[in-house]
Amino acid sequence: MTDTATVAPRARRRSTSMLRRRPFFTLGLAVALAFALAAIFAPYVAPYDPTFQDIEFMMTGPGAQHWLGTDSYGQDILSRIIFGARYALAIGLCSVAIGALGGLVIGLAAGLSDGLVEWLLMRLIDSILAMPSLIMAVAFIAILGQGVDKVIIAVGIAMIGPFARTVRADVMQVRVQLFVEAAGLMGVARLRIIWRHILPNVVYPLAVQVTIRISEAILVSSSLSFLGIGVTPPTPDWGLMIAEGRGFVSFAAWMSGMPGAALAILLIALSLVGDGIREEFDPKLRDGA
Amino acid sequence: MSAPLAQAAAPAAPVFELLDVEKVYQVTRPAGFLRRETRGLAALDGVRLRVPGGSSTALVGESGSGKSTLLRVLLGLTRPTNGQALYRGRPIAEARAAAASGFTRDVAMIYQDARGSLNPRMAVADLVAEPLRHFGLCTAAELPARVAELLARVGLPGDVAQRYPAALSGGQVRRVAIARALAAEPSVLVADEAVSGLDVSTQAQLLNLLADLKESMGLTLLFITHDLGVASYLCERIAIMYLGRIVEAGPTNAVLEAPAHPYTAALRAASPQFFAPIAEPLPGEIPSPVDLPPGCRFASRCPRAEADCQGTDPALTSLSPGRTAACLHPLATGA
Repeated sequence: MTDTATVAPRARRRSTSMLRRRPFFTLGLAVALAFALAAIFAPYVAPYDPTFQDIEFMMTGPGAQHWLGTDSYGQDILSRIIFGARYALAIGLCSVAIGALGGLVIGLAAGLSDGLVEWLLMRLIDSILAMPSLIMAVAFIAILGQGVDKVIIAVGIAMIGPFARTVRADVMQVRVQLFVEAAGLMGVARLRIIWRHILPNVVYPLAVQVTIRISEAILVSSSLSFLGIGVTPPTPDWGLMIAEGRGFVSFAAWMSGMPGAALAILLIALSLVGDGIREEFDPKLRDGA
Repeated sequence: MSAPLAQAAAPAAPVFELLDVEKVYQVTRPAGFLRRETRGLAALDGVRLRVPGGSSTALVGESGSGKSTLLRVLLGLTRPTNGQALYRGRPIAEARAAAASGFTRDVAMIYQDARGSLNPRMAVADLVAEPLRHFGLCTAAELPARVAELLARVGLPGDVAQRYPAALSGGQVRRVAIARALAAEPSVLVADEAVSGLDVSTQAQLLNLLADLKESMGLTLLFITHDLGVASYLCERIAIMYLGRIVEAGPTNAVLEAPAHPYTAALRAASPQFFAPIAEPLPGEIPSPVDLPPGCRFASRCPRAEADCQGTDPALTSLSPGRTAACLHPLATGA
């Protein structure tokens, strides 16, 4: 009876929704979902065609006709931001998926092997990590060429390094745990131990990493297009829009400011979501309480 | 060779037999400025132990006496650097490797750190079912009933099955570990401090459970413990370890009533008694196994040390039928 009594308060606490307990997480999630929905239903939500050039309203400030103003070609900035969210989110999700998958495979192999194989894999990870992900992505763009798909691949490969590093650290921590030894004692085959005991204990922290790193991927891809080597104009990409407005900042600040604000808001929202998920599901943070 | 623990009738090969097992770890330590030296640390130094089938043996000793290393050798997790460790007459490494020997199923282990030995991402039902699935002991349809039966056997309510180890108390986790160890229907149960750190009523419940299982399933029990009371309740035989060696062995009650080795006497005196003041503890710390004194390894702390104890290393010799001790001047056993 004493046992059930000690367990009850925790069970009750968990039954209140995470949304209610973490208002910042909820806010971040709502904003991120709004961006995602706007991106999915962009043709229905956006007031104008993102590439339609309205000659009469070139470089007008925010107003009733164009809520967030127009750029130097007379394109509606709000519509371009909404369509740009498609690219930002697609590039963020896909490249993080590439990075996480590659990082999982390499990190798992490096954490489980020893000797020469481990040395080689670690030097590979180190060489990926040696350069910041933006520089790395620039290098890959130089090889692959421009375009949305190329950006996804370049940013994804650049993210393999950090993912592999954290996965390896987790694997090294898990593989010396008693329950892994116990499974070996029972005669469970090595591959099965990896699949049933090591992988689940590595994938959860990796999933948390994924949510945090999506914002980094979006930032890198926007930086690429800001530098003019990511996606090509007239694609409504935020980085590109910021770059185009750069020359007019002194008298038409909204041209760079609006997409910049959209980028900042999305990144902050994603970070809040990532932090909330980490605090909720990280056993180290949770069980320590 | 005198067989220290072989008195019970054991026509077949004993379950475990250790023949002068040594385990030396190489340790490096600083030796002056920017210099390191490598020295051998003998965690086990000539251990002889015989665990016959159906017997129950308690292994008692201070921290650092080599109990855990002995356990790892018995389970085949480390190879002895010298001597032989046999499981039913075969070297343990060989028995573990050969699937036909059934070592992995026959020998179950209960870890001291029960929580650490359970995968935190698996629910209790999956944890207990894992050995059943692994050894193919029952069909998928029978699985839930079998798991419920095992949980009931260790005194856990049925709703625990859906919980995760993090949501269980220390005593519950310990019971899950025992249920898991019993799931494969082993014939040998090796338990490392399986009941220490639990409240007295839980401890008694688990000890009764283990005693019942020993009777009903004919389990061979090897129980590592600090607690002499637990040892005397559960185990017919006891082996006292000190610094990597067994210093005294024999029937539990005889050894505890009239210890032959001064170390056993000191352990006995140090365990708290009702209505009596705590006895003077042993003077000094257990010496480092890296630089052992010559002669008897207990001489530095022994209240009865004499001149020859500093020079001669006593061997484990037979005192009376079934009792052995490694002491030049054993206490009168009264036998």
